[in-house]
Amino acid sequence: MKALAGYLAGLLFGLGLAISGMTDPARVIGFLDVAGDWDPTLVFVLGGAVVTTFIGYRLVWRHQTPLFESRFQLPTRRDLDTRLLGGAALFGIGWGLSGYCPGPAVASLSGLSWPLAAFIVTLIAGWWLARRMNSRH
Amino acid sequence: MESMSALQGLLGGVLIGLSATLLMGLLGRVAGISGILSGLVFERGGDRPWRVAFLLGLVSGPGLLMLSGLGWGNVAGDSGAMIGAPASGLTTMLVAGLLVGLGTGLGSGCTSGHGVCGLARLSPRSMAATLVFVLVAMLTVFVARHLLGGSA
Repeated sequence: MKALAGYLAGLLFGLGLAISGMTDPARVIGFLDVAGDWDPTLVFVLGGAVVTTFIGYRLVWRHQTPLFESRFQLPTRRDLDTRLLGGAALFGIGWGLSGYCPGPAVASLSGLSWPLAAFIVTLIAGWWLARRMNSRH
Repeated sequence: MESMSALQGLLGGVLIGLSATLLMGLLGRVAGISGILSGLVFERGGDRPWRVAFLLGLVSGPGLLMLSGLGWGNVAGDSGAMIGAPASGLTTMLVAGLLVGLGTGLGSGCTSGHGVCGLARLSPRSMAATLVFVLVAMLTVFVARHLLGGSA
């Protein structure tokens, strides 16, 4: 049941990315290009997703536990630190250069190209490096 | 056609929100793609089966739409396509992938974990992270496209 839940959530996420056009780096970069021919599509995607999640989470949290697990696992930290903000800045540079964040990059695998494959290989290398740096912290 | 793009964006966003709600309601987890996928690659344990299934779902969503021939994609300037062409060549992508991996690994999240789930939880860390990565990405595109005149 847990695997089925994971599959359904992944499927909805992938469908959402494809239907909204977030599997098109040109649309993403069009949103980021505020000094050019600005593309507002991403605002609608993020807006629709945040509002739906906001309402959905509050409905779900009325229950004591999730359906298939014993507890909700939520991040508890509320402080800002250099690692968080520096990481976000590095991510922003990579996102701006490629138009890919992790979800759309992986969801685009059925349209695999050499540049996308290169992105995913170094994406995983970056995750590995970050885990090493985080564990030394 | 622009209003159609906005409508598809909104509909896709709602589906992403339903996905996040489902993952929280059934498994009690935040739908952060960088956390789920890097956990899948680098961690062992009980989370593996649902993470593998999530990855299969994430890839098969757009794949099934492509096979169905429904033409529900929203690729700019190509109404028949589901997946847009990469924005740059190999070298830029190698650098960009490393920065996205390192950045989301150190910053504990990406557009989904911080941008969607974190904002919906009203987390101050996610709000700050989202503000930083959106502004830095905008600045990056400005420099690459308007100052250096590249293709990005």
